[in-house]
Amino acid sequence: MTQFNLAAAGAEQPPLIPHADELIIGLIAFAIVFFFLAKKLLPNINKVLEQRREAIEGGIEKADAAKTEAESVLEQYKAQLAEARHEAARLRQEATEQGAAIIQEMRAEGQRQREDIIAAGHAQIEADRKAAAGALRQDVGKLATDLAGKLVGESLEDHARQSRTIDRFLDELEDGAVKAEATR
Amino acid sequence: MSADPQMLAFDPDCQLFSGCGFPAPGLHTFLYEPIFTVSGFDFTKPMLLAFISSFLVIAFFWAAFNKPKLVPGKVQMIGEAGYDFVRRGIVYEIIGKKDGEKYVPLMVSLFFFIWLMNLWSIIPLAQFPVTSLIAFPAGLALIVYVLWVGLTFKTHGFVGGWKNITGYDKSLGPILPLVVVLEFFSNLLIRPFTHAVRLFANMFAGHLLIVMFSLATYYLMSGIGFAYAGTSFVLVMVMIVFELFIQAVQAYVFVLLASSYIQGALAKHH
Repeated sequence: MTQFNLAAAGAEQPPLIPHADELIIGLIAFAIVFFFLAKKLLPNINKVLEQRREAIEGGIEKADAAKTEAESVLEQYKAQLAEARHEAARLRQEATEQGAAIIQEMRAEGQRQREDIIAAGHAQIEADRKAAAGALRQDVGKLATDLAGKLVGESLEDHARQSRTIDRFLDELEDGAVKAEATR
Repeated sequence: MSADPQMLAFDPDCQLFSGCGFPAPGLHTFLYEPIFTVSGFDFTKPMLLAFISSFLVIAFFWAAFNKPKLVPGKVQMIGEAGYDFVRRGIVYEIIGKKDGEKYVPLMVSLFFFIWLMNLWSIIPLAQFPVTSLIAFPAGLALIVYVLWVGLTFKTHGFVGGWKNITGYDKSLGPILPLVVVLEFFSNLLIRPFTHAVRLFANMFAGHLLIVMFSLATYYLMSGIGFAYAGTSFVLVMVMIVFELFIQAVQAYVFVLLASSYIQGALAKHH
Protein backbone atom coordinates (compact mmCIF):
# COMPACT_ATOMS: atom_id res chain seq x y z
CA MET A 1 0.00 0.00 0.00
CA THR A 2 1.23 3.39 -0.82
CA GLN A 3 0.89 6.54 1.12
CA PHE A 4 -1.37 9.25 -0.12
CA ASN A 5 -3.40 12.07 1.17
CA LEU A 6 -6.83 10.92 2.31
CA ALA A 7 -8.35 14.34 2.11
CA ALA A 8 -7.60 14.44 -1.57
CA ALA A 9 -9.23 11.03 -2.06
CA GLY A 10 -12.38 12.13 -0.23
CA ALA A 11 -11.94 10.50 3.15
CA GLU A 12 -14.80 12.58 4.47
CA GLN A 13 -17.22 10.58 2.40
CA PRO A 14 -19.32 8.29 4.64
CA PRO A 15 -18.96 4.62 3.72
CA LEU A 16 -22.66 4.20 2.81
CA ILE A 17 -22.76 7.00 0.26
CA PRO A 18 -21.86 5.66 -3.17
CA HIS A 19 -19.05 7.38 -4.94
CA ALA A 20 -20.35 8.56 -8.30
CA ASP A 21 -17.25 7.53 -10.25
CA GLU A 22 -17.31 4.05 -8.79
CA LEU A 23 -21.04 3.74 -9.42
CA ILE A 24 -20.57 4.56 -13.09
CA ILE A 25 -17.60 2.22 -13.46
CA GLY A 26 -19.51 -0.56 -11.69
CA LEU A 27 -22.49 -0.14 -14.01
CA ILE A 28 -20.27 -0.10 -17.08
CA ALA A 29 -18.36 -3.17 -15.94
CA PHE A 30 -21.59 -5.00 -15.32
CA ALA A 31 -23.11 -3.82 -18.59
CA ILE A 32 -20.17 -5.33 -20.47
CA VAL A 33 -20.67 -8.67 -18.75
CA PHE A 34 -24.40 -8.59 -19.33
CA PHE A 35 -24.02 -7.62 -22.97
CA PHE A 36 -21.69 -10.49 -23.83
CA LEU A 37 -23.57 -13.08 -21.82
CA ALA A 38 -27.08 -12.08 -22.83
CA LYS A 39 -26.40 -11.36 -26.50
CA LYS A 40 -23.97 -14.04 -27.44
CA LEU A 41 -22.74 -16.60 -24.97
CA LEU A 42 -25.90 -17.70 -23.20
CA PRO A 43 -27.96 -17.92 -26.42
CA ASN A 44 -25.09 -20.04 -27.77
CA ILE A 45 -25.24 -22.50 -24.95
CA ASN A 46 -29.04 -22.48 -24.88
CA LYS A 47 -29.08 -23.56 -28.51
CA VAL A 48 -26.73 -26.43 -27.75
CA LEU A 49 -28.63 -27.44 -24.61
CA GLU A 50 -31.80 -27.48 -26.66
CA GLN A 51 -30.11 -29.56 -29.35
CA ARG A 52 -28.81 -31.93 -26.72
CA ARG A 53 -32.25 -32.24 -25.17
CA GLU A 54 -33.70 -32.93 -28.61
CA ALA A 55 -30.96 -35.43 -29.36
CA ILE A 56 -31.69 -37.30 -26.16
CA GLU A 57 -35.44 -37.08 -26.43
CA GLY A 58 -35.27 -37.66 -30.19
CA GLY A 59 -33.31 -40.85 -29.53
CA ILE A 60 -35.90 -41.97 -27.06
CA GLU A 61 -38.69 -41.08 -29.46
CA LYS A 62 -36.98 -42.97 -32.27
CA ALA A 63 -36.53 -46.01 -30.08
CA ASP A 64 -40.17 -45.78 -29.09
CA ALA A 65 -41.24 -45.51 -32.71
CA ALA A 66 -39.09 -48.50 -33.66
CA LYS A 67 -40.52 -50.51 -30.81
CA THR A 68 -44.08 -49.61 -31.77
CA GLU A 69 -43.38 -50.55 -35.37
CA ALA A 70 -41.80 -53.84 -34.38
CA GLU A 71 -44.77 -54.60 -32.22
CA SER A 72 -47.24 -53.80 -34.99
CA VAL A 73 -45.27 -55.93 -37.46
CA LEU A 74 -45.21 -58.79 -34.98
CA GLU A 75 -48.92 -58.39 -34.49
CA GLN A 76 -49.41 -58.44 -38.24
CA TYR A 77 -47.30 -61.57 -38.60
CA LYS A 78 -49.18 -63.27 -35.86
CA ALA A 79 -52.47 -62.36 -37.51
CA GLN A 80 -51.23 -63.64 -40.86
CA LEU A 81 -49.97 -66.83 -39.28
CA ALA A 82 -53.26 -67.41 -37.54
CA GLU A 83 -55.10 -66.76 -40.78
CA ALA A 84 -52.84 -69.18 -42.64
CA ARG A 85 -53.40 -71.82 -40.01
CA HIS A 86 -57.10 -71.26 -40.20
CA GLU A 87 -57.02 -71.47 -43.97
CA ALA A 88 -55.00 -74.70 -43.84
CA ALA A 89 -57.42 -76.20 -41.39
CA ARG A 90 -60.30 -75.16 -43.59
CA LEU A 91 -58.67 -76.69 -46.67
CA ARG A 92 -57.93 -79.89 -44.80
CA GLN A 93 -61.51 -80.07 -43.62
CA GLU A 94 -62.75 -79.43 -47.12
CA ALA A 95 -60.45 -82.08 -48.56
CA THR A 96 -61.61 -84.58 -45.97
CA GLU A 97 -65.20 -83.80 -46.75
CA GLN A 98 -64.62 -83.99 -50.48
CA GLY A 99 -62.74 -87.26 -50.09
CA ALA A 100 -65.54 -88.70 -48.05
CA ALA A 101 -68.07 -87.54 -50.60
CA ILE A 102 -66.07 -89.07 -53.42
CA ILE A 103 -65.73 -92.35 -51.57
CA GLN A 104 -69.44 -92.31 -50.88
CA GLU A 105 -70.18 -91.62 -54.50
CA MET A 106 -67.81 -94.28 -55.71
CA ARG A 107 -69.30 -96.74 -53.32
CA ALA A 108 -72.79 -95.89 -54.49
CA GLU A 109 -71.69 -96.17 -58.10
CA GLY A 110 -70.05 -99.52 -57.45
CA GLN A 111 -73.12 -100.75 -55.69
CA ARG A 112 -75.27 -99.64 -58.55
CA GLN A 113 -73.01 -101.27 -61.13
CA ARG A 114 -72.92 -104.47 -59.13
CA GLU A 115 -76.67 -104.50 -58.94
CA ASP A 116 -76.90 -103.85 -62.67
CA ILE A 117 -74.48 -106.65 -63.38
CA ILE A 118 -76.35 -108.98 -61.06
CA ALA A 119 -79.68 -108.01 -62.60
CA ALA A 120 -78.30 -108.53 -66.12
CA GLY A 121 -76.89 -111.89 -65.07
CA HIS A 122 -80.20 -112.94 -63.61
CA ALA A 123 -82.05 -111.87 -66.75
CA GLN A 124 -79.54 -113.75 -68.89
CA ILE A 125 -79.84 -116.85 -66.75
CA GLU A 126 -83.61 -116.65 -66.88
CA ALA A 127 -83.60 -116.26 -70.64
CA ASP A 128 -81.12 -119.13 -71.03
CA ARG A 129 -83.13 -121.24 -68.67
CA LYS A 130 -86.33 -120.54 -70.60
CA ALA A 131 -84.66 -121.26 -73.89
CA ALA A 132 -83.16 -124.42 -72.50
CA ALA A 133 -86.45 -125.42 -70.98
CA GLY A 134 -88.26 -124.85 -74.31
CA ALA A 135 -85.68 -126.82 -76.24
CA LEU A 136 -85.64 -129.52 -73.66
CA ARG A 137 -89.39 -129.74 -73.64
CA GLN A 138 -89.48 -130.28 -77.37
CA ASP A 139 -86.62 -132.75 -77.31
CA VAL A 140 -88.03 -134.61 -74.34
CA GLY A 141 -91.49 -134.69 -75.95
CA LYS A 142 -90.04 -135.98 -79.16
CA LEU A 143 -87.90 -138.53 -77.40
CA ALA A 144 -90.75 -139.64 -75.21
CA THR A 145 -93.09 -139.99 -78.17
CA ASP A 146 -90.50 -141.85 -80.12
CA LEU A 147 -89.86 -144.01 -77.13
CA ALA A 148 -93.54 -144.54 -76.53
CA GLY A 149 -94.13 -145.25 -80.24
CA LYS A 150 -91.41 -147.73 -80.24
CA LEU A 151 -92.74 -149.29 -77.05
CA VAL A 152 -96.35 -149.29 -78.20
CA GLY A 153 -95.39 -150.08 -81.72
CA GLU A 154 -97.59 -147.67 -83.31
CA SER A 155 -97.46 -144.11 -84.07
CA LEU A 156 -99.80 -142.00 -82.04
CA GLU A 157 -102.44 -140.56 -84.26
CA ASP A 158 -103.36 -137.48 -82.61
CA HIS A 159 -100.29 -135.37 -82.47
CA ALA A 160 -102.09 -132.62 -80.68
CA ARG A 161 -103.33 -134.92 -77.97
CA GLN A 162 -99.87 -136.32 -77.76
CA SER A 163 -98.47 -132.87 -77.26
CA ARG A 164 -101.00 -132.03 -74.55
CA THR A 165 -100.23 -135.24 -72.73
CA ILE A 166 -96.55 -134.63 -72.86
CA ASP A 167 -96.94 -131.04 -71.80
CA ARG A 168 -99.13 -132.06 -68.89
CA PHE A 169 -96.59 -134.63 -67.91
CA LEU A 170 -93.78 -132.20 -68.14
CA ASP A 171 -95.69 -129.57 -66.21
CA GLU A 172 -96.38 -132.04 -63.49
CA LEU A 173 -92.79 -133.00 -63.56
CA GLU A 174 -91.74 -129.41 -63.34
CA ASP A 175 -94.17 -128.69 -60.59
CA GLY A 176 -92.84 -131.58 -58.69
CA ALA A 177 -89.33 -130.35 -59.17
CA VAL A 178 -90.29 -126.87 -58.12
CA LYS A 179 -92.16 -128.16 -55.08
CA ALA A 180 -89.28 -130.39 -54.22
CA GLU A 181 -86.96 -127.44 -54.49
CA ALA A 182 -89.26 -125.30 -52.34
CA THR A 183 -89.62 -127.94 -49.66
CA ARG A 184 -86.00 -128.64 -49.61
CA MET B 1 4.05 6.51 12.49
CA SER B 2 0.35 7.29 12.27
CA ALA B 3 0.84 10.71 13.70
CA ASP B 4 -0.92 12.17 10.73
CA PRO B 5 -4.43 10.71 10.65
CA GLN B 6 -4.84 11.92 7.12
CA MET B 7 -2.24 9.54 5.87
CA LEU B 8 -2.87 5.93 5.12
CA ALA B 9 0.32 4.33 6.23
CA PHE B 10 1.90 1.01 6.07
CA ASP B 11 5.17 1.60 7.79
CA PRO B 12 7.48 -1.43 7.75
CA ASP B 13 9.12 -0.09 10.90
CA CYS B 14 5.91 0.09 12.84
CA GLN B 15 5.99 -2.97 15.06
CA LEU B 16 5.45 -3.94 18.67
CA PHE B 17 8.06 -2.41 20.98
CA SER B 18 9.06 0.09 18.33
CA GLY B 19 7.10 2.77 20.13
CA CYS B 20 4.39 2.66 17.52
CA GLY B 21 0.70 2.05 18.24
CA PHE B 22 -1.22 -0.65 16.36
CA PRO B 23 -2.12 0.75 12.95
CA ALA B 24 -5.72 -0.43 13.14
CA PRO B 25 -7.49 -0.64 9.80
CA GLY B 26 -10.43 1.66 9.28
CA LEU B 27 -12.32 3.45 6.56
CA HIS B 28 -9.02 4.54 5.08
CA THR B 29 -8.35 0.87 4.31
CA PHE B 30 -10.97 1.17 1.60
CA LEU B 31 -9.45 4.17 -0.09
CA TYR B 32 -6.98 3.92 -2.89
CA GLU B 33 -4.78 6.41 -4.53
CA PRO B 34 -5.87 6.83 -8.14
CA ILE B 35 -3.85 4.87 -10.65
CA PHE B 36 -4.42 7.74 -13.04
CA THR B 37 -6.73 10.68 -13.31
CA VAL B 38 -8.43 11.81 -16.49
CA SER B 39 -9.94 15.28 -16.25
CA GLY B 40 -10.96 14.88 -12.62
CA PHE B 41 -12.01 11.26 -12.97
CA ASP B 42 -9.95 9.13 -10.62
CA PHE B 43 -9.33 5.63 -11.86
CA THR B 44 -8.57 3.47 -8.82
CA LYS B 45 -7.55 -0.09 -8.12
CA PRO B 46 -11.14 -1.27 -7.31
CA MET B 47 -12.28 0.07 -10.67
CA LEU B 48 -9.49 -1.81 -12.36
CA LEU B 49 -10.50 -4.93 -10.48
CA ALA B 50 -14.12 -4.42 -11.55
CA PHE B 51 -13.06 -4.33 -15.19
CA ILE B 52 -10.81 -7.34 -14.72
CA SER B 53 -13.83 -9.08 -13.20
CA SER B 54 -15.86 -8.28 -16.30
CA PHE B 55 -13.05 -9.50 -18.48
CA LEU B 56 -12.61 -12.74 -16.56
CA VAL B 57 -16.32 -13.55 -16.47
CA ILE B 58 -16.60 -12.97 -20.20
CA ALA B 59 -13.34 -14.81 -20.89
CA PHE B 60 -14.48 -17.83 -18.94
CA PHE B 61 -17.90 -18.00 -20.56
CA TRP B 62 -16.34 -17.28 -23.92
CA ALA B 63 -14.04 -20.26 -23.50
CA ALA B 64 -16.97 -22.35 -22.31
CA PHE B 65 -19.80 -21.25 -24.59
CA ASN B 66 -18.37 -19.57 -27.67
CA LYS B 67 -18.29 -22.77 -29.66
CA PRO B 68 -20.39 -25.07 -27.54
CA LYS B 69 -20.53 -28.73 -28.46
CA LEU B 70 -23.25 -31.28 -28.01
CA VAL B 71 -20.79 -33.37 -26.05
CA PRO B 72 -19.18 -30.77 -23.80
CA GLY B 73 -15.49 -30.41 -23.10
CA LYS B 74 -14.13 -29.72 -19.64
CA VAL B 75 -14.51 -25.94 -19.68
CA GLN B 76 -17.94 -26.13 -21.23
CA MET B 77 -18.98 -28.69 -18.62
CA ILE B 78 -17.91 -26.37 -15.79
CA GLY B 79 -19.62 -23.44 -17.51
CA GLU B 80 -22.80 -25.43 -17.91
CA ALA B 81 -22.71 -26.44 -14.28
CA GLY B 82 -22.41 -22.78 -13.23
CA TYR B 83 -25.04 -21.69 -15.70
CA ASP B 84 -27.43 -24.42 -14.57
CA PHE B 85 -26.80 -23.59 -10.94
CA VAL B 86 -28.17 -20.09 -11.45
CA ARG B 87 -30.75 -21.02 -14.06
CA ARG B 88 -32.32 -24.05 -12.42
CA GLY B 89 -31.16 -23.55 -8.85
CA ILE B 90 -32.29 -19.96 -8.52
CA VAL B 91 -34.34 -18.57 -11.39
CA TYR B 92 -36.49 -21.62 -12.23
CA GLU B 93 -36.95 -22.36 -8.56
CA ILE B 94 -38.14 -18.87 -7.64
CA ILE B 95 -39.63 -17.24 -10.72
CA GLY B 96 -40.57 -20.41 -12.57
CA LYS B 97 -39.42 -21.77 -15.88
CA LYS B 98 -41.92 -19.96 -18.08
CA ASP B 99 -41.67 -16.46 -16.62
CA GLY B 100 -38.09 -16.78 -15.45
CA GLU B 101 -36.36 -17.66 -18.72
CA LYS B 102 -36.21 -13.98 -19.71
CA TYR B 103 -34.27 -13.05 -16.58
CA VAL B 104 -31.76 -15.87 -16.68
CA PRO B 105 -29.04 -13.86 -18.48
CA LEU B 106 -29.34 -11.02 -15.97
CA MET B 107 -29.14 -13.36 -12.99
CA VAL B 108 -26.25 -15.35 -14.43
CA SER B 109 -24.35 -12.13 -15.15
CA LEU B 110 -25.11 -10.78 -11.69
CA PHE B 111 -24.05 -13.93 -9.90
CA PHE B 112 -20.72 -14.46 -11.60
CA PHE B 113 -19.84 -10.77 -11.73
CA ILE B 114 -20.54 -10.30 -8.02
CA TRP B 115 -18.83 -13.52 -7.07
CA LEU B 116 -15.67 -12.56 -8.90
CA MET B 117 -15.68 -9.06 -7.44
CA ASN B 118 -16.00 -10.64 -3.99
CA LEU B 119 -13.32 -13.17 -4.77
CA TRP B 120 -10.65 -10.49 -5.20
CA SER B 121 -10.64 -10.27 -1.42
CA ILE B 122 -8.44 -13.33 -1.05
CA ILE B 123 -6.50 -13.23 -4.29
CA PRO B 124 -2.88 -12.19 -3.75
CA LEU B 125 -1.96 -8.74 -5.07
CA ALA B 126 -5.63 -7.83 -5.58
CA GLN B 127 -6.65 -8.50 -1.99
CA PHE B 128 -9.64 -6.24 -2.07
CA PRO B 129 -13.31 -7.14 -2.49
CA VAL B 130 -14.64 -4.59 -4.96
CA THR B 131 -18.12 -5.00 -3.50
CA SER B 132 -16.89 -3.60 -0.18
CA LEU B 133 -17.31 -0.22 -1.82
CA ILE B 134 -21.01 0.59 -1.58
CA ALA B 135 -21.11 2.10 -5.06
CA PHE B 136 -20.68 -1.29 -6.76
CA PRO B 137 -23.44 -3.19 -4.93
CA ALA B 138 -25.60 -0.06 -5.09
CA GLY B 139 -25.32 0.10 -8.87
CA LEU B 140 -26.31 -3.54 -9.23
CA ALA B 141 -29.13 -3.20 -6.69
CA LEU B 142 -30.31 -0.16 -8.65
CA ILE B 143 -30.59 -2.22 -11.84
CA VAL B 144 -32.69 -4.82 -10.02
CA TYR B 145 -34.76 -2.10 -8.34
CA VAL B 146 -35.56 -0.33 -11.60
CA LEU B 147 -36.43 -3.64 -13.23
CA TRP B 148 -38.60 -4.64 -10.29
CA VAL B 149 -40.57 -1.38 -10.13
CA GLY B 150 -40.93 -1.30 -13.90
CA LEU B 151 -42.20 -4.87 -14.02
CA THR B 152 -44.62 -4.27 -11.16
CA PHE B 153 -46.38 -1.44 -12.97
CA LYS B 154 -46.15 -3.16 -16.32
CA THR B 155 -47.75 -6.34 -14.98
CA HIS B 156 -50.41 -4.85 -12.72
CA GLY B 157 -51.05 -1.43 -14.22
CA PHE B 158 -50.80 1.79 -12.24
CA VAL B 159 -53.33 1.08 -9.48
CA GLY B 160 -52.56 -2.63 -9.37
CA GLY B 161 -48.87 -1.82 -9.20
CA TRP B 162 -49.34 0.36 -6.15
CA LYS B 163 -51.52 -2.30 -4.58
CA ASN B 164 -48.78 -4.84 -5.26
CA ILE B 165 -46.09 -2.65 -3.74
CA THR B 166 -48.11 -1.66 -0.69
CA GLY B 167 -49.53 -5.12 -0.05
CA TYR B 168 -53.06 -3.75 -0.33
CA ASP B 169 -55.56 -6.36 0.86
CA LYS B 170 -59.09 -5.41 1.93
CA SER B 171 -59.40 -8.43 4.22
CA LEU B 172 -56.86 -6.82 6.56
CA GLY B 173 -59.57 -4.49 7.83
CA PRO B 174 -58.60 -1.76 10.27
CA ILE B 175 -54.85 -2.46 10.15
CA LEU B 176 -54.82 -1.96 6.40
CA PRO B 177 -53.48 1.65 6.53
CA LEU B 178 -50.66 0.57 8.81
CA VAL B 179 -49.75 -2.34 6.55
CA VAL B 180 -49.87 -0.12 3.48
CA VAL B 181 -47.52 2.44 5.02
CA LEU B 182 -45.13 -0.20 6.30
CA GLU B 183 -45.09 -2.13 3.06
CA PHE B 184 -44.58 1.06 1.10
CA PHE B 185 -41.47 1.94 3.08
CA SER B 186 -40.29 -1.62 3.34
CA ASN B 187 -40.60 -2.41 -0.33
CA LEU B 188 -40.01 0.82 -2.13
CA LEU B 189 -37.41 2.52 0.07
CA ILE B 190 -35.72 0.03 2.36
CA ARG B 191 -35.58 -2.92 0.03
CA PRO B 192 -33.03 -1.55 -2.48
CA PHE B 193 -30.98 -0.21 0.42
CA THR B 194 -30.82 -3.54 2.26
CA HIS B 195 -30.26 -5.37 -1.00
CA ALA B 196 -27.09 -3.38 -1.64
CA VAL B 197 -25.96 -3.03 1.97
CA ARG B 198 -26.26 -6.75 2.72
CA LEU B 199 -23.59 -7.46 0.13
CA PHE B 200 -21.53 -4.41 0.90
CA ALA B 201 -21.44 -4.91 4.68
CA ASN B 202 -20.49 -8.57 4.46
CA MET B 203 -17.60 -7.86 2.17
CA PHE B 204 -16.61 -4.74 4.10
CA ALA B 205 -16.48 -6.56 7.42
CA GLY B 206 -14.73 -9.55 5.96
CA HIS B 207 -12.04 -7.43 4.39
CA LEU B 208 -11.60 -5.44 7.56
CA LEU B 209 -11.05 -8.63 9.57
CA ILE B 210 -8.53 -10.04 7.12
CA VAL B 211 -6.65 -6.76 7.03
CA MET B 212 -6.71 -6.45 10.79
CA PHE B 213 -5.31 -9.90 11.41
CA SER B 214 -2.76 -9.49 8.65
CA LEU B 215 -1.58 -6.18 10.09
CA ALA B 216 -1.57 -7.64 13.56
CA THR B 217 0.51 -10.58 12.39
CA TYR B 218 3.14 -8.23 11.08
CA TYR B 219 2.84 -5.83 13.99
CA LEU B 220 3.40 -8.60 16.52
CA MET B 221 6.46 -10.05 14.81
CA SER B 222 8.87 -8.53 17.27
CA GLY B 223 10.44 -10.03 20.37
CA ILE B 224 7.97 -12.02 22.44
CA GLY B 225 5.29 -10.88 20.06
CA PHE B 226 6.23 -13.68 17.66
CA ALA B 227 4.33 -16.08 19.93
CA TYR B 228 1.10 -14.13 19.34
CA ALA B 229 1.81 -13.42 15.70
CA GLY B 230 1.30 -17.13 15.00
CA THR B 231 -2.21 -17.02 16.44
CA SER B 232 -3.00 -13.97 14.39
CA PHE B 233 -1.69 -15.64 11.26
CA VAL B 234 -3.86 -18.71 11.85
CA LEU B 235 -6.83 -16.36 12.10
CA VAL B 236 -5.87 -14.80 8.77
CA MET B 237 -6.00 -18.26 7.20
CA VAL B 238 -9.31 -19.06 8.91
CA MET B 239 -10.78 -15.76 7.74
CA ILE B 240 -9.62 -16.41 4.18
CA VAL B 241 -11.39 -19.78 4.10
CA PHE B 242 -14.45 -18.25 5.75
CA GLU B 243 -14.48 -15.39 3.27
CA LEU B 244 -14.25 -17.82 0.38
CA PHE B 245 -17.52 -19.24 1.64
CA ILE B 246 -19.13 -15.87 2.40
CA GLN B 247 -18.23 -14.48 -1.03
CA ALA B 248 -20.16 -17.22 -2.80
CA VAL B 249 -23.03 -17.07 -0.32
CA GLN B 250 -23.42 -13.31 -0.71
CA ALA B 251 -23.39 -13.51 -4.49
CA TYR B 252 -26.00 -16.25 -4.22
CA VAL B 253 -28.13 -14.26 -1.78
CA PHE B 254 -28.00 -11.15 -3.94
CA VAL B 255 -29.25 -13.05 -6.98
CA LEU B 256 -31.76 -14.99 -4.90
CA LEU B 257 -33.28 -11.75 -3.61
CA ALA B 258 -33.25 -10.18 -7.06
CA SER B 259 -35.15 -13.21 -8.38
CA SER B 260 -37.62 -13.08 -5.55
CA TYR B 261 -38.29 -9.37 -6.13
CA ILE B 262 -38.98 -10.03 -9.80
CA GLN B 263 -41.15 -12.98 -8.91
CA GLY B 264 -43.15 -10.68 -6.62
CA ALA B 265 -43.58 -8.20 -9.43
CA LEU B 266 -44.80 -10.88 -11.83
CA ALA B 267 -47.02 -12.70 -9.34
CA LYS B 268 -50.74 -12.37 -10.01
CA HIS B 269 -51.61 -12.21 -6.34
CA HIS B 270 -49.44 -10.47 -3.88
